Formats: sequence, C-alpha cells, structure tokens
Amino acid sequence: MNCNLKIKMIFLKSISTFGSYLILMKRVLARPQRWKMFLRQFLRDIYQLGINSIPIVLLISLFIGAVICIQMKLNIENAWMPKFVVGYATREILLLEFSSSIMCLILAGKVGSNITSEIGTMRVTQQIDALEIMGVNSANFLILPKISALVCMIPILVIFSIASGILGAYAIGYITQIMTAEDLTTGLQYEFKQWYIWCSIIKSLFFAFIISSVAAFYGYRVEGGSIEVGKASTDSVVSCSVLILFADIVLTQLLMQ
Amino acid sequence: MIQLEGVIKRFNNQVVLNDINTTFENGRTNLIIGRSGAGKTVLLKCIVGLLTPDEGRVLFDGRNILKFGKKENLMIRREMGMLFQNAALFDSMSVLENVMFPLDMFSSMTYNEKLKRARACLARVDMLDAQDKSPEELSGGMQKRTAIARAIALGPKYLFCDEPNSGLDPQTSLIIDELIHGITDEYQITTIVNTHDMNSVMGIGDHIIFLSDGKLEWQGNKDNILDAKSKSLNDFLFSSDLLRKVKERAMMSQGI
Repeated sequence: MNCNLKIKMIFLKSISTFGSYLILMKRVLARPQRWKMFLRQFLRDIYQLGINSIPIVLLISLFIGAVICIQMKLNIENAWMPKFVVGYATREILLLEFSSSIMCLILAGKVGSNITSEIGTMRVTQQIDALEIMGVNSANFLILPKISALVCMIPILVIFSIASGILGAYAIGYITQIMTAEDLTTGLQYEFKQWYIWCSIIKSLFFAFIISSVAAFYGYRVEGGSIEVGKASTDSVVSCSVLILFADIVLTQLLMQ
Repeated sequence: MIQLEGVIKRFNNQVVLNDINTTFENGRTNLIIGRSGAGKTVLLKCIVGLLTPDEGRVLFDGRNILKFGKKENLMIRREMGMLFQNAALFDSMSVLENVMFPLDMFSSMTYNEKLKRARACLARVDMLDAQDKSPEELSGGMQKRTAIARAIALGPKYLFCDEPNSGLDPQTSLIIDELIHGITDEYQITTIVNTHDMNSVMGIGDHIIFLSDGKLEWQGNKDNILDAKSKSLNDFLFSSDLLRKVKERAMMSQGI
C-alpha cells in the first residue's frame, strides 16, 4: 500500500477514534440518574481502584526511592560537591517526575487494564445491553464513578508515593551507611518549593482522568469475546501510557515555567 | 400489543430484515423462529431499540418508538423487561441485588417495599432460597430464572427473551418456557421470544413467526405449524432426526 495512503488512513482512524471518545464522554459527563446508586458505585470504585492500589504504590516507591538515592550517591559524589546534594536530587526526582508521572504510568497498567477488562467483560456478556434496555445511561452509570474515584484517590496515592520514596532513601542510607540521615535531611529540605508538590498533584489529576476515561472507552467499545477483551486491555494500557507521556510534556512546560 | 410495519434493516447494503409486517398481541407468547443468521436477533434488537431499522415502524400500543424523544424513550424502556441469552446478570451483585437493581434505579419505593417486591419476584421464579448467592454460584437455569425475576421487577408491559433455552437441558428448558408462558398469562403482557428450540415452539407458541433470509416466510401458531406448506419452514422444523422419524412414522400410519 502507498505510504501516504497508509498515513492518511491512520490519521483518519485516529480522528474517528477521538470523535467516538468525545461522544462517549458526552454521555459519561452527565448528571447521574440516581445519586444514591452513583455514590454506591463511587465508593466501590474508591476501594477497588484507589485503596487496592496503595500497597503497590508504597512498595514500588519505597524501592525506587532507595535506588534513586544509591544512584545519586554513586554518580554525583565528588569532592567539590556538598554531601546533601544526594538528598536534594532524590527529592526533586521523586517530587517532579516519579511520584506523579512514573507512578501514573504504573497505575495505567494496573488500574487501566482493570477498568478495561471489567467494562469489556460487561459488554461481551450483554450486561451493558441489559442496562441500556432498562433505560439506564450505561456509560454514565459505569464510567463516571470510576473517573471520579480515581481523580479523588490519585492525590492521596501521589502523597503516599512521595512519602514512601523518601522513606526508602532514608532506609537505604541507614542500612548501607552510604550517607548520614543528617546529610539526607539537609538535602531534602534544601531550597524546598511547596509548588512542586502541587505540580505533582495537578499533573496526577490529569493523568487520573486519562487513565480512567481512556481505559473505560476501550472497554466500552469491545466487540466479540474474551480475546477482544484481552486485546482491548493491552491497547488501553499502551494508549494511556502514550497519552500520559505526551500530557507530561505539556503539563511540565505549563506548570514549571 | 406490538406492531411491526414494513421493517427493513441493512448492514453495509446487505438486507438483513426485509419488509417485516406482523402483530404481537397482549397476553400471548409470541415466538420468532428461524435458522441461525435468519435475522431473529436483529429483529428483536430492532424491536427493543438496540438497533434502529432503516425503514418501517415499530408500534408499542400504537406509539412509534422510532419517533420517540429521549424522555419518551426512557419511559418506554421502563415498561420493558428483557431476558438475555446468557442471562446477563450483574456479576458484582448478589441475586437479590440484581432483582432490586431496576427498583433502586427507577422506583420511589422505600427500602422495605423494594425488598418485599424483589423477594416476591424471586419467589415467583422459585429462587428465594438463593437470594444471597452471586451469579457465578448459580447454574444456567437458575441464572435464567433470576434474570426473569429481574425483568418482571418493575411490572413490565412487554417482555423480550433472546434464546432463553440456549445452553439448558430439555427439562430445565421446559421450566423456563412454562415460567415465561405463565408470567405472560398472569400479567397479561406482550411477550416476544426469540428461539430455535422446537420444544418451545410446540409448547408455548401462541403466535409464531418464521424468518428465512431476513423475510417473514410464515406466521401462525403451534397448532397449525406442522401443517405449514412453506418448504423452508418444513426443512427447519424437521431438520432433527427425531422429528423427521416422528413425521415419517405418522405419515406411514396414515398410509401417505
């Protein structure tokens, strides 16, 4: 096939997919038909998407915080460099990128695939058709609580990730004696800007919306059987990851200027 | 009563339903039969509004649902109950919660009233003992019975069943058929069942339409279906060895 034609077809398909996404979002972002039912779903999703993600967030952040601390120590240690720089660099990496962007990339895998497979399975087992027949706005009923739950929980996960990462840095410093707790504390407090925490939280809110809405979109439009549900899960994780990376560039440029 | 007038549905220029005209009466179990790919599911989806016909009218007690606005569409859906091929129970909810779901969404009843109504529906389908179980703990027949209880929870005027006996043994199929027939008679609702189960055809077919290649080939009832002259209907009816042999023996005994 002609290369230009191929590019044109990919472009048109992307536009069509984006259009379908917008149409779905118009149905999703409507007033819930029954607030009581919305709240019930919302609390279930808070637990399923947010609370259930806390252990993995704490675990990964603890280890990555420790690894960043070791890497900083090994790579920037110099007679001319103050010892607290390791703590300073560890803090900046955790605050500015890891706990928001990288953590959300990890959550795109865990939470995104969970959302896609749940909604996709509901689609192929006709549970969504059953909702539609009853007169329920299935997109609003199923997707809005997930978006709301993840957007509410993600700042908490980011804070937990930052705290756990710093704890990991202290732990590795103590266990391996590569640096003292005083040097690390000095570095962590050096020229601290509160805005960086807000940047991290603001970015994560956008990422949470991307993860939940894009994953739900892929699940909602599944056609076929279990193979298609699996494929949709993979596609949704890939799309979420790419969109998070792209949004990260835009948001970092806007927020850090 | 549901009337179909000149219903045509195409997919990519391929005509899947071709000029369907029929009437489904109240208080009767109406069956749509035909081979796989004949257009049964598409027709049922056009009736319930999951698909929109390209041409024609679908009248629910004289109201053309294709002309309905968003609000009217929502109202008519509350008058419908549907039993899906695989029951389509919500797997995150228990049996009781599944039956209470339409009441939670659309009724203004108190919790106790909803509980009473849901339990009454479960008792009607003999599923009260399993009210706390989750759908995956149920057999196929029990799932179908729960789905029937959910479908009748809001007291629908129209009941739609898409291959209700699929995947069930003959005895369980009979129970489901009797349940559908009994509920139709009891509530005087318009029931449309999409099936290719011959036991259902001969057992509960108050009104039967036969689809072949998207066309309405024949319509009648369980009493006159065996005398039908349509070749494709006869091919369909006597496609199983059992029925063919029964027919051959009957003809032999009559000396034909």
